[in-house]
Amino acid sequence: MTGDDGLAIRVRGLHKRFGEKYAVNGIDLDVPSGSFYGLVGPNGAGKTTTLSMATGLLRPDAGEVHIHGVDMWRQPLVAKAMVGVLSEGVRLFDRLTGQQLVEYAGLLSGMDRPTAQQRTHDLLQLLDLESAGGTLVVDYSAGMTKKIALATAMVHAPRVLVLDEPFESVDPVSAANIRDILRSYVDGGGTVVVSSHVMDLVERMCDHVAVISAGRVLVAGSVDEVRAGSTLEDRFVELVGGRRVGEGPEWLRHS
Amino acid sequence: MVATLVKLRLLVLRNSFRRSTSQLVAVIIGALYGSIGLLVVLGGLLALSLAAAQVATTVVVLGGSAAVLGWAVFPLLLSGVEQTLDAAHLAVYPIPLRPLMLGMLLSGAVGVAGAATTIAGIGTALPWLRSPGVALIAVVTGVLGAATCIVVSRAVTSVASGLASGRRFREASGLLILIPLILAGPIVIGITRGLRSSADALPGVAAGLGWSPLGAAWAVPGAVAVGDVTGAALRLLIALATFALLWMVWRWGLARSLVTPARASSRVRAPGKSGLFGVLPGTPAGAIAARCLTYWFRDPRYLRQLLVVPLLPAVMWFYSSLNHSTGYLFAAGPVVAFALGIGMIADVSFDSTAFALHVSKAVPGRADRWGRASALLIFAVPAVVLIGVGAAAVRDDWLPAPGLLGLSFGILLSGVAVCSVTSARFVFPVPEPGDNPFRSRPGANISLLGPTFAAWGVIALLCLPEIVLLVVSLVTREAVWGWLGLAVGVVLGAVFLVLGVRLGGRVLDGRAPELLLQLRKDG
Repeated sequence: MTGDDGLAIRVRGLHKRFGEKYAVNGIDLDVPSGSFYGLVGPNGAGKTTTLSMATGLLRPDAGEVHIHGVDMWRQPLVAKAMVGVLSEGVRLFDRLTGQQLVEYAGLLSGMDRPTAQQRTHDLLQLLDLESAGGTLVVDYSAGMTKKIALATAMVHAPRVLVLDEPFESVDPVSAANIRDILRSYVDGGGTVVVSSHVMDLVERMCDHVAVISAGRVLVAGSVDEVRAGSTLEDRFVELVGGRRVGEGPEWLRHS
Repeated sequence: MVATLVKLRLLVLRNSFRRSTSQLVAVIIGALYGSIGLLVVLGGLLALSLAAAQVATTVVVLGGSAAVLGWAVFPLLLSGVEQTLDAAHLAVYPIPLRPLMLGMLLSGAVGVAGAATTIAGIGTALPWLRSPGVALIAVVTGVLGAATCIVVSRAVTSVASGLASGRRFREASGLLILIPLILAGPIVIGITRGLRSSADALPGVAAGLGWSPLGAAWAVPGAVAVGDVTGAALRLLIALATFALLWMVWRWGLARSLVTPARASSRVRAPGKSGLFGVLPGTPAGAIAARCLTYWFRDPRYLRQLLVVPLLPAVMWFYSSLNHSTGYLFAAGPVVAFALGIGMIADVSFDSTAFALHVSKAVPGRADRWGRASALLIFAVPAVVLIGVGAAAVRDDWLPAPGLLGLSFGILLSGVAVCSVTSARFVFPVPEPGDNPFRSRPGANISLLGPTFAAWGVIALLCLPEIVLLVVSLVTREAVWGWLGLAVGVVLGAVFLVLGVRLGGRVLDGRAPELLLQLRKDG
């Protein structure tokens, strides 16, 4: 244990290879405690892989992850109790009703039933899912599914929330509500890490940001530092490259 | 456009081979079985050329009608068999209806079942080899018959697609098909008995079918062969009209499904109910047991395994009454115990990536194992007891009952024990959540074989004491051995269960992320 150094998540030298391809190739990250941290990068940059390794879902080939000073891969039980995870591209136990699923997640993290039931009730209310609590998750819309997954991530009152693409396919109203919830969670001393494609959102919401591309961190720091006077989107394009200039092929033009 | 669609179908087929060698092996073995079956059919047709014209006609018409009927019924039950050229997938492209339908028709003929039907259809020329003119006609009508098969399946699916898009319908139909399959033995026996007693009626049935939409196409060559030209022409007319009608129905259904995409139906449960979560202990293991138990009765993939419990004793009872000896009935208990115990072998695989929740909440491996095991045992133990006692009561012979019950418990408990270890270590390719439970992924059955057989062997080994005691009690006809067997079954089974759960829990604790990665790759 390195003791709490004011960092919610401390990642050092993270590597992961799938076959011949390095998905994550030496990533260092410092997520300060109480920050709202954005992780941005193009498709296939290694965001999901990094977050999976940081939350104990994927074993790194090399590197270390500490959650509030606790080594995720040496003391997973202690570390995981402090983290709430919303993973991208994983299924839910969707034959349960929304209410059952959140309660299940609560009981799995070891709380007693009355607490689990109380928190489930609160979370469903918070996320506007009360009326859908009795519907099977398999019959939910994409946005509702995202929200119920968020509820399972928050039910054990983690100190750190790690959310992979939390706003994908969520309607604008729900997205704004989720943003408020996350904001107040950060105000209450929690730490939130989100990955996203939407620069605008990250710029407005987060106070820290890291740009990842091809399995490496290109730049990290406070949002103001990273965007350096420009907008985050322009800065991102400048860093990552790949922007093409031109009007597209002749046959696509109609005027 | 038609060529593009057929090419797409072939491309998907080829790419599915590339994904893994085990799939390729499975497809090759499947193709081998298919070709052997086809060869048998073709050989039979060739042999018919030596028989009288009427016999050949009867056989071809009956077989052909059965094929058309099968193609009409199976797609309904096996939804999601051929989704490559699913109308819903193609709805976004501006493909005119006619080439789309032609493409779907032809691509149906290049699938395994479609190709077999087409070849067999052309093979109906073989009985008429001695009169080449008739054989030539049979080639044409055979193709027409095969095309009717494919069109009828397409028509049925497209009309039913509105209905079939509901999750509940899909799941229910996937389960319904299992009932005739499990009862296949009794059904086949019943039919063969019926046929044997009514063999003389078959030519009459075939003659009738020959005038019906099902068999008209297949009956044309036979009519020509006996010189009934008018009859042949009329039957051909019926066959063509059938094809045209089905084509129109398909066209209507397809046009409708292209503009009305599948919608999901849902039923709202009253909020505020936790179901089983409020009943079982509020611990991680208790919650997992509640979740698994909910799944056993709500997920068709689990329900499929559950169907064995009532159906198997029914089958045993049928065979018993057939042989006027109730010996079979006693096997029901151990066999159901085995089916239920081994049923957990792919438990984590059924979770698919939803298992990530267990990993992220750091659920202790042992709690995971206990939860899953107790969910099964909660209903499996009463079921096994009920069947064992019921069988003894029906037979009115209580002497073997304790020994059999001991063996059943032994098999059940050590089966669960073995599966607690294997499901922590291996990921099996299983139907994904929401898929038709009957839809085996290509290669799934083959790659399951090794570990499954190994598990069977271990279970047999672990149950050896119970087996020996049962045999002794049956030979000596002394009740004490049976009771001893019961005691041994319960105690030894429980010991194995504890060991299996601990070992499986330790494996899971060490390898949960790797297991999840494997599930992700597979999912």
